[in-house]
Amino acid sequence: MTLPEPIRPTRRHVLDLDDFTRHEIETLLDTAVGMKEILSREIAQVPTLRGVSVVNMFYEDSTRTRISFELAAKALSANVVNFAARGSSVEKGESLLDTMRTLQALGADILVLRHSYAGTAHLLAQHFRGAIINAGDGSHAHPTQALLDLFTLRDKLGTLERRHIVIVGDILHSRVARSNLWGLTAMGAHVTLCAPPTLLGNEQFWLDTWPDLRIVYSLDAALQDADAVIVLRLQRERQEAGLLPSLREYAQFFALSQARLQAALTGMLVLHPGPLNEGVEIAPDVAVSAQSVIEEQVTNGVAVRMALLYHLALHLRQKGA
Amino acid sequence: MSATASEKEILNGDEIRRAITRIAHEIAERNEGVQQVLLVGIRRRGVPLASRIAAVLSNVEGVQVPVGELDITLYRDDLTLRATVPLVRTTRIDTDVTDRVVILVDDVLYTGRTVRAALDALVDLGRPARIQLAVLVDRGHRELPIRADFVGKNVPTSRDEVVEVRLSEVDAGEDRVLIAHSTR
Repeated sequence: MTLPEPIRPTRRHVLDLDDFTRHEIETLLDTAVGMKEILSREIAQVPTLRGVSVVNMFYEDSTRTRISFELAAKALSANVVNFAARGSSVEKGESLLDTMRTLQALGADILVLRHSYAGTAHLLAQHFRGAIINAGDGSHAHPTQALLDLFTLRDKLGTLERRHIVIVGDILHSRVARSNLWGLTAMGAHVTLCAPPTLLGNEQFWLDTWPDLRIVYSLDAALQDADAVIVLRLQRERQEAGLLPSLREYAQFFALSQARLQAALTGMLVLHPGPLNEGVEIAPDVAVSAQSVIEEQVTNGVAVRMALLYHLALHLRQKGA
Repeated sequence: MSATASEKEILNGDEIRRAITRIAHEIAERNEGVQQVLLVGIRRRGVPLASRIAAVLSNVEGVQVPVGELDITLYRDDLTLRATVPLVRTTRIDTDVTDRVVILVDDVLYTGRTVRAALDALVDLGRPARIQLAVLVDRGHRELPIRADFVGKNVPTSRDEVVEVRLSEVDAGEDRVLIAHSTR
């Protein structure tokens, strides 16, 4: 009758997936299955986290991640406050740590941080008494995006064990790619990275960190035996920085086009963390094709974030008890 | 909760089967048939019990009574008191509960707190015409004003005893209900 330990009892923060075991990820994804059922109800709300305060601290623009966290917290009946750097005391020169201490004094239990600098979530975690969830820090990590990708993939493929997953695009600057690499490898998937060399960086770094990784510079070759492809957003600033000759050339070699989709395995899934640059990294008709699970990723994101909030908030409360 | 030297069997497989059969008949009698009935098992062991009641009703009344599965974890009142965070499982009720006679099914009725949580969970899904409660074992020690409509067996217990229901669908081995002194 003893249930397995649901989630590591020492986990207070979610900063990246690098310290997650497969068992811990599975537990979160299983919890998210139950949460998804709640979201499908007419009254999509349960009373579980009444009295818990969640603050969304967004120092960088975001639509889906912020709204997703907000809906997730509300579905669990937590109090949610949205904090945007713009229009706040940050403009008067308040530092990140001071802002965090202010929110702590105001009774925040969980801080969800989005920031353009890598490491900011780790910094707050060293000082905050509650829980920190990293909602994206620079080019470093985006663990909740990776978890929702894992949820979507597991849901569609049944398992991630030995499945071939391709990540294509601006890998060098992608926090989504990095967190997904930790998560996918923990779950036993085979990962292939595909990018122009200028958007991949030091090949050896990737292979040293994830030894079972495959790096392929031709998208056609990478897709040959892929069960799913995660297409990354190409930021237009990259061309201005001289990393790409032109967006048209990038699209020619690395966009997921209808022709490439047709050449791939039947049923290969198409994922994208959004927002889309249609016609650059993905063709518009591919994004809305039957194989695209981009919309489901967004829905699943709410369920996965509910699962995280549930575990972290209860763990906080239990320690206080 | 391993078995101890002082463990005692209070129901064997046959007795469990007879109790379920009687509960099924009582449900049909109380509700003048089972046309409006929806059985909802409380996870985990309420679910196989609900399925067994449905099987008897299908034989006796010739009606396939729908069965749902209810997970009450998110409605518990002891979430912050426990040592670990309990796992959330999935609620699966494909039939609209509104205007139905919902029979909640669980293995053991004890403090009544699980049933309180189940009632809250259920009314969040709609507005049943009536909710009734069926349990295999009622062991007393209620902490809330809750009683069962259908009981397999009333078992007087002390608080330091543990009632363990084993069902072949979820536990290895035969159906039985045991009572033992808590090893803790």
